[in-house]
Amino acid sequence: MSRRTRLGLFALAGPGLAAVLVLGFLGLPAFGDYHGVYGLVVNGVELTQRSATDMVTALNFDLRAFDTLGEEFILFASVLGVALLLRHTPDEDERLAAAEHGIVGASDAVRVLSLLLIPLLIALGVYIVLHGALTPGGGFQGGIVLAAAPATILLAGRYVALKALAPDWALETVEAIGAGAYVLLGLGGLIFAGVYFKNFLPGGIAGHLLSAGFMPLNSVAVGLEVTGSFLIVWTVFLDQALLVRRRGEPL
Amino acid sequence: MTVLQIVALAVVVLAGTTVTLVGDPLRQTFVLGVYGLALMLLFFVFQAPDVALSEIVVGTIGLPLIIVAALRKITARERARGEPEDEG
Repeated sequence: MSRRTRLGLFALAGPGLAAVLVLGFLGLPAFGDYHGVYGLVVNGVELTQRSATDMVTALNFDLRAFDTLGEEFILFASVLGVALLLRHTPDEDERLAAAEHGIVGASDAVRVLSLLLIPLLIALGVYIVLHGALTPGGGFQGGIVLAAAPATILLAGRYVALKALAPDWALETVEAIGAGAYVLLGLGGLIFAGVYFKNFLPGGIAGHLLSAGFMPLNSVAVGLEVTGSFLIVWTVFLDQALLVRRRGEPL
Repeated sequence: MTVLQIVALAVVVLAGTTVTLVGDPLRQTFVLGVYGLALMLLFFVFQAPDVALSEIVVGTIGLPLIIVAALRKITARERARGEPEDEG
């Protein structure tokens, strides 16, 4: 199909789609207009019974913790697939010539600023993970911020330094511990409270770090798993881009 | 709908269109980072801070890092085989 035919089809279909979309959007209720019941129930229950103040994380890790289990293992399975696809095959070898694996042309300003960012990222990531049930954020968001901290080593220095600090076995261990801990917390609900993933720890005082039952523990487990997953994906891709060469191919 | 929300929507529309109109994949990656920031602003202005936090990290580090690494591998392999680089 030639480009002119494509553009002609778009000139016919585009305005029709635009008209339907505009009609649809004009019929939407106003922003913030809520007619449901479930949201109000969640707001009431989560604050009084579980002392959680961040309702989104409370839904993720307490009321709908089983759905989050599925999401965590979607992440786990997709990282498994990526690592399997990009694994080192026997006809590839690693070239660890260290001088080639810094970012070429990075100025000293980039390196120094990246170095200063690393402790800030770690602090922010730990803060977001631990305050999962209290402030916006939680395990997933804090986990990626934590994963960004070693990735900044790539900007501040050389890729081999990142590999030395975050070797494959450490990342896989961290990810597996996170995934397993999340499943075991659900089992804790089954053992101590009779229902899988029921919140079996006491609620505590709203606003304290150790409150809202097992939500902080869930948050830490998810944070560990997400950190490990994202670092595995990034190192697998960067391995292929910077380290691995098929026999006979130049860098 | 406040003015800030309408402005955020307009910025997202502009950034998204720009991403598709940029030709070179490497340049598209940087515009994708800007698009991620625009989306983050949109989510924040529409009172969804959790989603905004996820979007910041995934859109500025998670996705561009993978794309840049994959692009480097592809162009290095094409250069090694002597084929002309794809300008698409």
